[in-house]
Amino acid sequence: MPRYGMVIDLDKCNQCGACVTACKLENNVQIVSKENAEMGRAMFWMKMLDTSYEGNYPDVRAVNIPALCMQCDEPSCIKVCPVRATFKRDDGIVAQIYPQCIGCRYCMANCPYTAKVFNWFKDEQPVENEKCHNIDVSVRPKGVVEKCTFCIHRLQIAKEKAKAEKRELQEDDYVPACVEVCASKAIYFGDLDDPHSKVSKAMHDYRKFTLQEELGTKPKVYYLSAKSE
Amino acid sequence: MDDHHYIDEDEVLFRPIYQTSKSFYVLAAALIAVFLFGAAMYVRQFIFGLGETGMNEPVTWGFYIISFVFFIGISHAGTLISAILRLSKAEWRRPITRMAEVITGIVLMIGGLHPIIDLGRPDRILHIFERGRLQSPLLWDMTSITAYFTASTIYLYLPLIPDIALLRDRGGKFHKLYEILSWGYQGTERQKHVLEKAINILMVMVIPIAISVHTVISWIFSMTLQPGWHSTIFGPYFVVGAIFSGIAALIIVMIVFRKVFHFEDYLKKIHFNYLGTLLLVMSLLWFYFTFAEYLTTFYGHEPSEMRVFLYKFVGGYAPFFWLMVFCNFIVPVVFLSNKKLKTIPGILIASIAVVIGMWLERLIIVVPSLANPRLPFITGIYVPSLTEISLLAAATAAFILGFMGFSKLFPLISIWEIKEGREESVRMVSERLNEYLPSKGHIRKEIV
Ligand code: SF4
Ligand code: SF4
Repeated sequence: MPRYGMVIDLDKCNQCGACVTACKLENNVQIVSKENAEMGRAMFWMKMLDTSYEGNYPDVRAVNIPALCMQCDEPSCIKVCPVRATFKRDDGIVAQIYPQCIGCRYCMANCPYTAKVFNWFKDEQPVENEKCHNIDVSVRPKGVVEKCTFCIHRLQIAKEKAKAEKRELQEDDYVPACVEVCASKAIYFGDLDDPHSKVSKAMHDYRKFTLQEELGTKPKVYYLSAKSE
Repeated sequence: MDDHHYIDEDEVLFRPIYQTSKSFYVLAAALIAVFLFGAAMYVRQFIFGLGETGMNEPVTWGFYIISFVFFIGISHAGTLISAILRLSKAEWRRPITRMAEVITGIVLMIGGLHPIIDLGRPDRILHIFERGRLQSPLLWDMTSITAYFTASTIYLYLPLIPDIALLRDRGGKFHKLYEILSWGYQGTERQKHVLEKAINILMVMVIPIAISVHTVISWIFSMTLQPGWHSTIFGPYFVVGAIFSGIAALIIVMIVFRKVFHFEDYLKKIHFNYLGTLLLVMSLLWFYFTFAEYLTTFYGHEPSEMRVFLYKFVGGYAPFFWLMVFCNFIVPVVFLSNKKLKTIPGILIASIAVVIGMWLERLIIVVPSLANPRLPFITGIYVPSLTEISLLAAATAAFILGFMGFSKLFPLISIWEIKEGREESVRMVSERLNEYLPSKGHIRKEIV
């Protein structure tokens, strides 16, 4: 069984935010109204975090890092769910069952990475958006929690395709949208347990760190950076 | 004949059931209006989604969870206090227990409803039964609240039976209802004995259940990794806070009904004096816990904990925090430790301050931790919306309405216990006293 994980090389990342956009479109993540966004209800599965600032005024530059659900190996979100609407699959992906979630938002309160988002309203997309609606991903109803799934639907499709072509699943068959779109190839994705995969090679870099390692949630999203945090 | 004589004696206690003043209807109408407005707002929220509230990304819990913790806390007034007083055979409990138990019943219903109001998908509430995970603190919570509600309603109902029988024997209004509810109670020796036994069993059972309820509620918070929540003393801290706010609510209710229904002869200064002292003790205990909790946080100086700490002490929530300290500690201590100020109005002021302060405490616990999550780059603010405020008002209105409704059906002071007290207290207490006083004869013999 593979153990899917991700490595984001911050030294390569030029902070363009393409992954954020790609994620939003790929997963039909709701675009909320301006007022709601100002209230702090903007919905992102992947977002750029303003972590620090470099340089002295006026030559300052914000340092952003792309952040998503860390797909923890010891996820604190699934522990508290009263109805098992969020759970860890055998391949390590922490998935969400939308029709089961009762919307108590307990998992959100217990995610140390603030990675989950809630559907405060019914999904009402601007009409322009209909053209880029992804039919492979279900639209979430109001009142449930959602988060990054490592584009689990892509895995499903890749598996079906491999089966139809009567072959094993290859490494490049399945990558999430953010990985595919990254122009500077800063994001690696694949099976962490496979010693030959690109991601596991990247993971063994000396620059590796994870966010809030001390909590013991064992994130499967690693970062690489020569500058220490 | 004899019975008739006694009924006359306690006529004041029956009067609210049979006489209703005009202002009662006016007040009831106003409260029903408030309640209906809240209900309408909830329907709106149900249709359009939780976006109608002021909750947002990191602050995903707001007024509803605060009210939930607060109201369940108040519920400790009742059963716990009445059970402890009964258990310790405190004679002054007699006119108090009933009101305390009624508070529990009403407030548990209101508080227990709040998590459901808070759900994004209340239509899926049955999933908890179908696919509930017992590992989730929310499930523990549901279990313990249901147990508490069941136990405390029975505990309210059992001591009510003799009074219902009295009402039945009087005839008149709601005769049929009383006949059913009194279960054929005639006050025979055997019936009395069985009833007493049942009450005794329940009051012992109710105490651990009550404590477990608020401990489990605190665990909802302390089981998470959130800074400011992940604390081992949350269990006892919440229980202390719950009893604290419960006593305050009880005092307020007693003072109000004493005035409205002229219970001055039953609820005397001494009752308020004792309860006031209890409130003072709880206030000191509350301060001790609060102090210990924040001192450890401050001394440890963990960055994520400190952000929450500073948010409360000097940041956005500082006004609420210091108001809470003022209401929960300074006001009660000043009013209750000073003989001159410890009058009934003084005790009332202290109690009102405590109820407000304890509500603020719940606010201080829920919001700042969520607004300052561990990942330091995301922070939030929380401003409640009209929906949330009107639902809080509706919950308060429901509480008062519940009490008003109860007062029209059943006596607010346990009549049979008062009678029993009048007839037997003196004898029982002196017997008990004699049991543990050293006998004189014994001493004399030794000397000789
Ligand atoms: S990052 Fe948060 S939501 Fe994602 S698996 Fe970890 S605890 Fe769960
Ligand atoms: S919001 Fe949904 S997924 Fe999260 S804990 Fe509640 S029921 Fe589970």
